[in-house]
Amino acid sequence: MLQPWAIALVSLAYLGALFGIAYWADKRADAGRSVIANPLVYALSLSVYATSWTFYGSVGRAASDGVGFLPIYIGPMLAAILFWVVLRKIVRISKANRITSIADFVGSRYGKSGLLAGLVTVIAVVGIVPYISLQLKAVSASFGLLTRYPDVATPAHATVPILADNAFWVAIVLAAFAILFGARHLDAAERHEGLVAAIAFESLVKLAAFLAVGVFVTFGVFGGFGDLFGHAAASARIAPLLTPFGKVSYADWTWLVALSMLAVVFLPRQFQVAVVENVDEDHLRQASWMFPTYLLAINLFVLPIAVAGLIRFSAGGVDADTFVLALPMAEGHQWLALFVFIGGLSAATGMVIVETVALSTMVSNDLVMPLLLRYGALGVSRRADLSSFLLAIRRGAIVAVLLLGYGYFRFAGEAYALVAIGLISFAAVAQFAPVILGGLYWKGGTRAGALAGLAAGFAVWLYTLLLPSLARSGWIAPSFVEQGPWGVAWLKPYALFGLAGLDTITHSLLLSLLANAGAYVLVSVLGRPGPVEQAQAVAFVDAMRRDAGPIRVWRGETTVEELRVLLGRFLGRARADDALAEYARGRGVSPDALAAEPGLVEHAERSLAGAIGSASARVMVASVVREEALGLEQVMDILDETSQVIAYSRELEDKKRALEAATAELRAANERLRELDRMKDDFVSTVSHELRTPLTSIRAFAEILADNPDTPADKRQKFIGVILKETERLTRLINQILDLAKIESGRAEWHTEALDLGELVREAEGATDALFREKSVRLSTEVAAGLPKVDADRDRLMQVMLNLLSNSVKFCEPETGLVRVRVACEPGRVRVDVVDNGVGVAPEHHERIFEKFRQVGDTLTDRPQGTGLGLPISRQIVRHLGGELWVESEAGRGATFSFTLPTTGSGRREA
Amino acid sequence: MSKRVLIADDEANIVASLEFLMEQAGFEVRVATNGREALEVAQSFVPDLVLLDVMMPEKNGYEVCQSLRQNAALAQVKIVMLSAKGRDIEVAKGLELGADAYVTKPFSTRDLVAKVREMLGA
Repeated sequence: MLQPWAIALVSLAYLGALFGIAYWADKRADAGRSVIANPLVYALSLSVYATSWTFYGSVGRAASDGVGFLPIYIGPMLAAILFWVVLRKIVRISKANRITSIADFVGSRYGKSGLLAGLVTVIAVVGIVPYISLQLKAVSASFGLLTRYPDVATPAHATVPILADNAFWVAIVLAAFAILFGARHLDAAERHEGLVAAIAFESLVKLAAFLAVGVFVTFGVFGGFGDLFGHAAASARIAPLLTPFGKVSYADWTWLVALSMLAVVFLPRQFQVAVVENVDEDHLRQASWMFPTYLLAINLFVLPIAVAGLIRFSAGGVDADTFVLALPMAEGHQWLALFVFIGGLSAATGMVIVETVALSTMVSNDLVMPLLLRYGALGVSRRADLSSFLLAIRRGAIVAVLLLGYGYFRFAGEAYALVAIGLISFAAVAQFAPVILGGLYWKGGTRAGALAGLAAGFAVWLYTLLLPSLARSGWIAPSFVEQGPWGVAWLKPYALFGLAGLDTITHSLLLSLLANAGAYVLVSVLGRPGPVEQAQAVAFVDAMRRDAGPIRVWRGETTVEELRVLLGRFLGRARADDALAEYARGRGVSPDALAAEPGLVEHAERSLAGAIGSASARVMVASVVREEALGLEQVMDILDETSQVIAYSRELEDKKRALEAATAELRAANERLRELDRMKDDFVSTVSHELRTPLTSIRAFAEILADNPDTPADKRQKFIGVILKETERLTRLINQILDLAKIESGRAEWHTEALDLGELVREAEGATDALFREKSVRLSTEVAAGLPKVDADRDRLMQVMLNLLSNSVKFCEPETGLVRVRVACEPGRVRVDVVDNGVGVAPEHHERIFEKFRQVGDTLTDRPQGTGLGLPISRQIVRHLGGELWVESEAGRGATFSFTLPTTGSGRREA
Repeated sequence: MSKRVLIADDEANIVASLEFLMEQAGFEVRVATNGREALEVAQSFVPDLVLLDVMMPEKNGYEVCQSLRQNAALAQVKIVMLSAKGRDIEVAKGLELGADAYVTKPFSTRDLVAKVREMLGA
């Protein structure tokens, strides 16, 4: 059943299915209905982090170090928390600058330096080669194991001719698929929707396979977790593995966690899926928890499987790295074994494909193209159409990387467990951390500093990890490791400068990062950044600030046609036109009306960067734009201008707002003045009317009497009576008007003293006694005992009381009329109520009666003879004394006029 | 036949003085003390001239003037507005609404009687 050809067939079928998914996803993307634009797919694509290292290697590590396999998964989980901060910034910058790889990112940050990008590419390729070889090793070993079913013993290593080596053919097949997935055509933005979809799918497959075997082992072979770990604890050999840190020291845990935190972002394949392929920044939010959840799930059964393997194969002879496959095979479940194999294959191919695609992009954009452009080999600069040439370079790079991986596997891979090989690669990509993290948060990092840092770190890594690994396999004399080169002890690769006693990885990491960061900072601080570097530094570090816009540093002359030709050479005519049309759309002009302005040049540069990398793009565009070399002065001038413009427009905004506020205020004040004017006019008009009315009667009757001497005596008396009465009325009116005017304008004289209100009320009653008796209205008084004194002007207050009393008499019916006066004490004040049972005042008139000249009772036939000013004056007086006067009443049910005055010492309010 | 005069004012004393003056001048007099009453009496009495106060309750003099002018039957009535309000705009408004004369208070009795006589052609 498990014949080699059958397994191969199933494998090819699976890869074919994967490709089918990729193809379908690409078609959907072209139709505008992307399948990968959701956070779940994004998080699953990040899970390409779990390769056959996870699938096979973790179990192998767990079998020797217990829980010590875990740190490299804890790192990414911790890093996920920082996704939203750090990774989002990287994504945003990359989108804005059309960055296509990690080399592009670094090169772009330090002034679009081709040299830097090239160095990063070299480090990446060399660093990842071991990692790829580890995948090849895993696939070929598992393939071999499966074909030997049911024999699970690991055979001794035999040197096989290349063409008969499984691993070689695996490499070839993977190269072919990688080309199919990632180098079918050139995309201006380097996006591979199909690839991402396929990766997401394979993440699911490997998770399912691992969980399947995990469940099988834990619950099928043993009786659950308790049973399994019970057996483990009982065994002296296995029990030590179950201690909290396993067999790995605390210090090493810390280092491994830190290392994997860096790896999950800086591995080329991780950068590719996390940054370059990212569709929407917001996906990072969900990925922050989805990705750790995945890692948790896939690591759940690692320890159980390792323990089960140790128990089951206690006789030895089975490589712990193969437990995952060996266990189902030993139990006779070949279908499960096949599924597990596919899972492992999935994990390996996912890594290889994405990694090689990312590396090939870097190699083509940042290594080969710049070299060819610089040295003009193959007449590159004269070729009209380079797109197919670029594609060929990409494909060649994929094949080359895979062959290098196979080479390393063949010459060095056998001596190491999978995990150890992987950690070597991790340490390599860790070298990117200082320059990238520094570049994101420190404007002082310079190109020279970055070059120095990377070079130093890489050199140390080579010396302390890569070369010794070759020694272990016999390609370099072992004495190199044991005694140091030429017998110099302090140059021993695993104990450089006498730093002994550390794990090899830790040792290498410590020294390489020290050299890296040290050189980076030192050289940066000692040197000066060039103009483009500075501009890029600002653009990168300030990328998250909302008002940071792209800084235009292109000055020079070119034509749209030249740009079109340039773009056409690298992108093909169709895509070149598309790019120009895109810019025209953004500016709202038609493509024919485009002018060769700095914005267009920048857009062209960015579009080109997608195909050949930003360093090369810059060079090409510069060759077309006849540009003056920008000195620092000019760049600073541009920056200054921009910031000045921004500051100036902000000032204008503020001024405008202040002006608007002032205008509104003025308008309101104007309104108020107009109203006051109107009110004043009305007042004057009303007063004059009120004064002229009695005058009219006086004059009229005086004239009548004068012109008609023989008027009968009774009529004469009557007329004279009217004259006298109206004169009085007039006088009263004038007095009251003047009084009110004085009180309102604050020019009245007030003589305040402490008064007993009860006493005053009685006095007022006495004064109005005649009035009450005349109309036969009864008056009663209730004064509370122990009244506190109030501060008031005696005469004025008397005026108020008289006014209220005379009003109440006026509105009462004779005989039945009753007026009650109550004086009572309230907290902080004294209150007086004048209650009558007269006609009352309807609620709608309650405020009107306090208005000047208003008199209620117009509907009465018996029009009251008043001035209409009594109540307004009373209210003004009471208010001036710190109290309030008001009425409670309903039509037909009498009225209660009340006022309060604050007691002595309880504070006065000036009305 | 004597001419008929309607006096409309809410101040009793003023009404009394005007009544005396008009009767002495030989006119037949009716009295109204608010705007609504003024219109009612005008309808039934059909005066030749109306002495119309402006500041009255229920309908002020302007409104009464307008209503009188809109009434075809009373189109020929002479209207003399009396008011303590003497500002230009108020005078203009009265005349615009159709008053034949506008007299400010306090008025001269002699002048007023002379004017009425002139208007009534008596």
